[in-house]
Formats: sequence, structure tokens, C-alpha cells
Amino acid sequence: MRKILTTEAQSPRSGIPADSVGIVEPQSHTFPGPFKLACGRVLDEYTLMYETYGTLNADKSNGVLICHALSGHHHAAGYHSESDKRPGWWDHYIGPGKPIDTNKFFVVALNNLGGCHGSTGPASINPATGKPWGPDFPPLRARDWVHSQAQLADLLGIQQWAAVVGGSLGGMQAMRWSLEYPERVHHCVVIASAMKLSAQNIAFNETARQAITSDPDFRDGRYLEENTLPRHGLAVARMIGHITYLSDDGLGKKFGRELRSGTFEQGVEELVEFQVQSYLRHQGDSFSGSFDPNTYILMTRALDYFDLAREYGDDPVTAFSHARCKFLLVSFTSDWRFAPERSREIADALMHANVPVTYAEVESPMGHDAFLLPNERYEKVFAAYMNNVAKELHGELQA
Amino acid sequence: MTRKDLAIIADWVAPKARVLDLGCGDGELLAQLAKQKQVSGYGLEIDPVQIQKCVERGVNVVEQNLDKGLANFADQSFDTVVMTQALQTLRSPHLVVEEMLRVGRECIITFPNFGQWKARWHLAFSGRMPVSDLLPFEWYDTPNIHFCTFKDFEVLCREHNWQIQHRQVVSESTISGVLKDFLPNLFGETAIYHLTR
Repeated sequence: MRKILTTEAQSPRSGIPADSVGIVEPQSHTFPGPFKLACGRVLDEYTLMYETYGTLNADKSNGVLICHALSGHHHAAGYHSESDKRPGWWDHYIGPGKPIDTNKFFVVALNNLGGCHGSTGPASINPATGKPWGPDFPPLRARDWVHSQAQLADLLGIQQWAAVVGGSLGGMQAMRWSLEYPERVHHCVVIASAMKLSAQNIAFNETARQAITSDPDFRDGRYLEENTLPRHGLAVARMIGHITYLSDDGLGKKFGRELRSGTFEQGVEELVEFQVQSYLRHQGDSFSGSFDPNTYILMTRALDYFDLAREYGDDPVTAFSHARCKFLLVSFTSDWRFAPERSREIADALMHANVPVTYAEVESPMGHDAFLLPNERYEKVFAAYMNNVAKELHGELQA
Repeated sequence: MTRKDLAIIADWVAPKARVLDLGCGDGELLAQLAKQKQVSGYGLEIDPVQIQKCVERGVNVVEQNLDKGLANFADQSFDTVVMTQALQTLRSPHLVVEEMLRVGRECIITFPNFGQWKARWHLAFSGRMPVSDLLPFEWYDTPNIHFCTFKDFEVLCREHNWQIQHRQVVSESTISGVLKDFLPNLFGETAIYHLTR
């Protein structure tokens, strides 16, 4: 179940950095149903794809669950092979000596239900029809993910997570964990997240979905059956998303108005292409080659529907009064999609509910994406907090 | 500077109280109060270096700018609101004290005394703004923008009808330590005020 780092994986010859978890292998497990979803429908069975890093201790108390964001998956850290060019999506923050220190914690990362990287989702075969689920896949809520993640915890023998950690949509899942399974979460780390989306956020998501569904190759979501793929629509959706994850300043610093080709010389008609254009197109294209459009629609809807306090009388304080864990919140100054204001609302609700909380507002020009990128202050705060979580496990710090 | 003021504050805080510490610095006070008096609570701080120290100690710290007020806290939601050595750094100290007494049932405030003889001596004889161990800043780069003396603060309390429950004056040097009881405004370095509405 756990990954043993081979010495080879850590040798300089392999080109894999020494502070990496090394070469990791995804695993999958099929959970027998019936699994009842928030929408009322039932899955007869479902598969989750996951990876683990580090070693589970004897009393199984050092588990850390990583909840992924919109386009994330189980591959959060390390490399899949020697020739793998890029590590997992949160490799800056998970590994030996990193904030989520795999020398101390047993880290579990998964591809959520509804995903398109090995977990059961719209691109999987619907056992009832023998065809891909496509648009018939049931709509999901963050709580469905949390419940399936609890079954994964059961499988691994983890009764209580030392921490449930997530950024963005992952942060929403972490918060939901604290309310759905208060006794199973010791610490909740919520990064660049919100208790619910703003109208502007929902508007961006809707525009992205429209880009996908209006692609002629979308075929009402049955593109797999019809052997088409709304690549352009998905690429545009990703481009829209990508712009909102960066800041004006960040884009300006990275690309300015630099040209990739063409000239503004008078008397020349050649079209000009800015660097930022080709960058966005590249992001869109590579994404549409690896992500399922129906999954994108499903995940953005789950984001839109999320409202932490809805069934607590719309009162976040009442909601958080059910939490039994401690919280770390981090936001980034230039993040306008999940602005610091949204994190402050969470901090306020937690303080009113008398729940322990620490909140840091980190200076960064990188927008929402900052939660994935190196940042000295962010790393220090995160590492110090997680270090205390580890100390508590050893009884060195009063829980 | 050693923190004689912290021990006195601890005496005034009830066991198991819910405490909000404004400008909590490195979290020393909250850590002590948690240990000695089993209080729960939060520190508010704006300096990333200090916030980091709080996180390392395991003190609950929330990044918040006091100059933007305490509107995010409900009336009487804390037993005690504390502010040590931060009053003089605020844009509108009087409004913050008002807010402290709205949010807390009582409040405890400490600040450096600008009426202390050393400061008076410095200004009178050198004709320049005092720079000392206690106030180690030049006038142009100091975070301290609203100095007052004990007398000034008590005038403010009277004008706002804030009740002074206790006052204690602290001095680090032995001579001042004796004399402060007779002439607190002249010999006290730090005052600790315990206020209620």
C-alpha cells in the first residue's frame, strides 16, 4: 500500500530531485455499492484511483488526505517514471522536508469520483448500458467526494486523518470533511478557498461550460459514443479558467505585450501574435488532450453548488460549531477568484464558533495559482503548522 | 524589554476566559494564558514575521489590520480583549478602545508612557524626539504614531466614560521601580489599564 523510495529514485543520476517522493505508482480500488449520492441516485459500485507517499505509522494516526482542485487528480507528488518530465501537481508542497513532510506523514491523494484519471466518471462505462456514462453520469456534490474519501480511509485503516488538506475546490472538500466527519479530522487546512462561490465565479464557470457544450463535436455530451471530442470548446473553457487563476499583474510580468511573431511596422500586414496568446492556446490545447469535457462540466457544477452553510440555516457559525478540528487558512493577496475576503469570512465564522483557527494572508503576485507555486512565506507558515500537527502525534505538543 | 506587564495581565484574566489579543506579536501572552489559565482565544496580528512565530508556538493567530476595525466580531463575544504595546501604533486609538469594550466584557491595555522622565529629559535637553531602548525608532520610521502619557489616557477614559478597574505601572529600573508608585506619570515606563464600560 505504501510507496518505498528506491535509492535509485533519489540518486542524482536519475534526475529526480532528492526532496521528491521519487517514483510512485498509482493504485485503484473498486468499492462495492450501493453508494448513495446527494442527488438521490445510487452507484452500484465505483472505482477510485489514488497514490500514497510516506509510511503509515503503527497506530495509523499520521494520515494526511489531499483533496484536489477542479482539474487535479491522484498524482499529487513524485514521478511516474525516470523519464517523467513533470512531477505531480503539488510536488512543491509534498515530499521529504517539504511542508507536508513525507518523513512524518502518510499522504493519500486521489482522483475524485467523477474524475477522468482512472476514477469512475462520465468517461467510464455505465454497467447498466455497456456504453460510456457521458452526460448520464449523476451530478456530484463535494459531500459525495467526502463520503467516498471516507470509504478510502476505511480501506486504508485510517480512522482519523491527522489533516485533511486542500486548495480551492479541495479546500471546500476539506471544510465539508470537518462537518460530515468531525470525529475523523484532526486538522483542516483550507487554502485559497471559499464557503461558496460568488456570482462572478459562477458566471465564469457557466461561460466555460457554454464553450464546451456549444462545440459541434460535443454531441449533447455523447462524444465518446460518437467518436468525436469537443476539443476546441474544452480548450476555450480552460483558457477562460486559466485567465481567472492568474492576476493581471502576474500575466503582465510573465508576458507583457511581447510578441511571439509578426511586427507592428507600418506598411506590413502580417498578423501579430502576442506571447500571451500562444501561451493560453498551448494551455488550452494540452488540457483538452488530457481532460474529459463532461468531467469539466461536472466538476464546475459541483463548485457552483457548494455552499458550506446551506443546510445549517445559511449560518456558517452554526455550521462550524459542528467542527471538532483545528483550522489553518491561507489566502493570497492577488487571488481575485478566491479573494482573501472569502478566507476572512471563513476565519470570522470559525472564531465566532470558537473553533481554533490560524489565518495567513500571503503576499503574492501569482493570483489563485499561487497555492501551487513556490512562495517563501506560504511554505514557512504551512510547514510550521504541519510540524505542530506532527508533534501532536508524538504527544510533544498538547492537542 | 522583558515583559513584566504579561504577568500582571495574567492576574487579571479569569481562568478559562475567552480572550482576544489585539496586536498579539509573537503570541507569548496567549501561550502563557493558555498554559496558566486554560484560556482559549485568538491573536490578531499584521506582521508576517510575528504571525510565523505564533504559528510555530501553536497559538491561534489571525491576520488582521486593527486600523480597519473589529466589525467582524460580535458584541460581547469575548470575556477579555487585550492589547499590549499597540495602542500607540494605531491610526485611531480611541475608536479601537471603544471597539474593544463592545467586543469584550472588559479590556486590558498596556502602552509606553511618553510622560516618563527619560522621554521628558530627552526632549527638554536635546530638543529631539526621544529614542531609547523602549522606543527604539526615529520619528520618521516609527510605527508609533500616537504617543500619550498616563494622564492623557486617563483624560480619554473620563471623556468616554470608560471605567478604570485597575491600573498598574511597571518600570524596569530599580529607582524608577520605587518612585513610580509616588509619581507614576514621571517614573512609570509602561501602564497596564483594566477597563470596563
